[in-house]
Amino acid sequence: MSKCRIPLGPFHPLLEEAEFFNIKVEGEKVVDIEMETGWMHRGHEKISETRTFTQSIFLVERICGICSTSHPFACVNAIEDIDNVEIPERAKYIRVLIGELERIHSHLLWVGLAGHFIGYDTLWMWAWKYREPILQLSEKITGNRNHYAMMRVGGVGRDFDNSLIPEINPVLDMLEKKMVMLAGAVNDDPVLKSRLKGVGILTKEDAINYCANGPTARASGYDIDVRRDDPTAYEVVDVKVIVTQNGDVFDKAVVRVLEIIESCHIIKQCLKAFEKVQGPIINKVKEISPGEGIGRYEAPRGEVFHYIRSDGTNRPVRHKVRAPSFSNIPTYKASCIGIPLADALITLASVDPCYCCTERSLKVFDTKGRRLEESLLKLSREKTKKIRKNFYADGVSPLERIFEL
Amino acid sequence: MIFKYLFYLLIFPGFLFVSVFGMIVGWVDRKVSARVQFRVGPPFFQNFYDIFKLWGKEVILVKNSPYFIFVIAPIIAFASVLITSTLVGTAFFFNLGIGGDLIFIIYLMIIYSVALILGASSTGNIYSSIGAGREMKLLLSDELAFILVILVPIIHAGYKIDLIQILDYQQVNGMIIGSASGIIAFIVGIICLQAKMAMVPFDIPEAETEIIEGTLIEYSGPLLAFWKLSHFMMYVFMPLLLVILFWGGISFASIGSIIAGVLKYLLIVVIMILIKNTNPRVRIDTAIIFFWKYASPLALIAVILAILGA
Repeated sequence: MSKCRIPLGPFHPLLEEAEFFNIKVEGEKVVDIEMETGWMHRGHEKISETRTFTQSIFLVERICGICSTSHPFACVNAIEDIDNVEIPERAKYIRVLIGELERIHSHLLWVGLAGHFIGYDTLWMWAWKYREPILQLSEKITGNRNHYAMMRVGGVGRDFDNSLIPEINPVLDMLEKKMVMLAGAVNDDPVLKSRLKGVGILTKEDAINYCANGPTARASGYDIDVRRDDPTAYEVVDVKVIVTQNGDVFDKAVVRVLEIIESCHIIKQCLKAFEKVQGPIINKVKEISPGEGIGRYEAPRGEVFHYIRSDGTNRPVRHKVRAPSFSNIPTYKASCIGIPLADALITLASVDPCYCCTERSLKVFDTKGRRLEESLLKLSREKTKKIRKNFYADGVSPLERIFEL
Repeated sequence: MIFKYLFYLLIFPGFLFVSVFGMIVGWVDRKVSARVQFRVGPPFFQNFYDIFKLWGKEVILVKNSPYFIFVIAPIIAFASVLITSTLVGTAFFFNLGIGGDLIFIIYLMIIYSVALILGASSTGNIYSSIGAGREMKLLLSDELAFILVILVPIIHAGYKIDLIQILDYQQVNGMIIGSASGIIAFIVGIICLQAKMAMVPFDIPEAETEIIEGTLIEYSGPLLAFWKLSHFMMYVFMPLLLVILFWGGISFASIGSIIAGVLKYLLIVVIMILIKNTNPRVRIDTAIIFFWKYASPLALIAVILAILGA
């Protein structure tokens, strides 16, 4: 059978964001897969060096639209790590509440998208219907459906209104019931099972070798969760880590659905605590001393890692971000080779890749120091030149002529 | 005489009726799907807007590809669908046969798929080539089951291959769906229609999130309108064919019987829409295994039962 190359992206209905996969197939069987990044790079790390610490928190919130509180969470953890800042207990509960609400809506978003990718549009719409009340709760608690802007160095920016507790509880009960129903429906549907079970298996060994984290690793039986292993706010609640053993797409879905239920339990613990725990929500931090700090947080997709170095001024000298998808996406190499194209695509989607989180600056040099990939900037300059040549007789625009004079 | 045939072909129950009614049924499909999924759904005239807008758009041809096949494929497909719907429609509404029988109809339905395969593979686009390959596999898998299903009423009617004679037989001896072989064949038939119309779970050739509408990816403007219109027309004649073959067609004797005939048709359409909305897309190998391992043997059992007289 002849080999052929299927370009998946940079713009493709399977990918919500710009990303390029180069899939080589024999007939319908995938034999090789390559990934190209660099379509979404926005330079957050560099911008962060020109902002104050407080501004940086809001900046990193814009890295991702879905897990928008996980980057600020890790960022404040890193800044607090420099000076070992303690945060008040009520602030810890509020941070956990926001983080878990976000986890629920992010996982529901994935369940819906996964349904869409396998052509099950009804599942898509139903999952997103149950996501809506969660977004409305977020709006009531923080003022925004997304981009909550709650995290501050030393605490949170806005207190939780205890009168909202009776409104939140019924929503969580409803969601828990619906998730149990969804898990049952997925378990009973033979067509869905034939589509997901045993597809795109990532073994525990591969998960460890590729440094997978988050639900992707936990579905393969790799018991890893920052919320339990290295808690910065989560020590106030009980976290049960969901682990399954098979590592296929079905298990990745099951892990996420069970995590939604677990998140509901964690939020309920927080709501109980809010009635007892009163007091300040922020320890004012006047200045950051020189030093370096790291912050970790379990985002819906896995571990977010922030590194910040300070020289005693009000700006970070270096701000490094590592998103979970950065190590989850290469697991394709282990799980996608040798399976049919239709399965490969849902396997690509099953790690819940977030490309705008992943895309940091990436340069590849060969041994002689030459840059291997063509710079996008260079290409765009060449294109502009070509267009100009067609438009203006001497290839110089009137605007340029004015500036030259 | 010639005007009568032209009337049948172009106005009722041919082009005008089937295309307008098909777009309305297409709207029903979209609206019911939307309500199942908690959406609002499109307005009533949305399909009409879509088709008319496509007619006014420009056709983009693929450089260095055989234009002729690319352009002629949708027209051949449309013509075959039009003739099929006229044959089925005249039998259904007027109880008239105008020289076509079931073998002819089976051929015309294959021509539609073959035209789709040719048109898709003429472009050289990788997605549409994969789509064409999948359409071919789907055709090979569902065709046997479909022919076996059609054999059941033929055997019941005493080895007659004319739609009219099958209808006549049912008027005298009761509906074929009432027999054991009839109900089995009817159920397999609905699944075959799902595959023939490329609806979920068998929308494998045009899987949007995998190969971006696959077979139709390079089509635009009026040529795409031909494909879309052919698909809407299938909403009409495919369920009608099942009603004729298994459920005794329609009788215009009283208002009650007319309503009964319409309800039979609508029931099949709603079953198809519900199957579409409660299933994910299957893989092509699963589809082949399903049709060759389960659907075709089931249809064969129905045929044997029919021969035995059950």
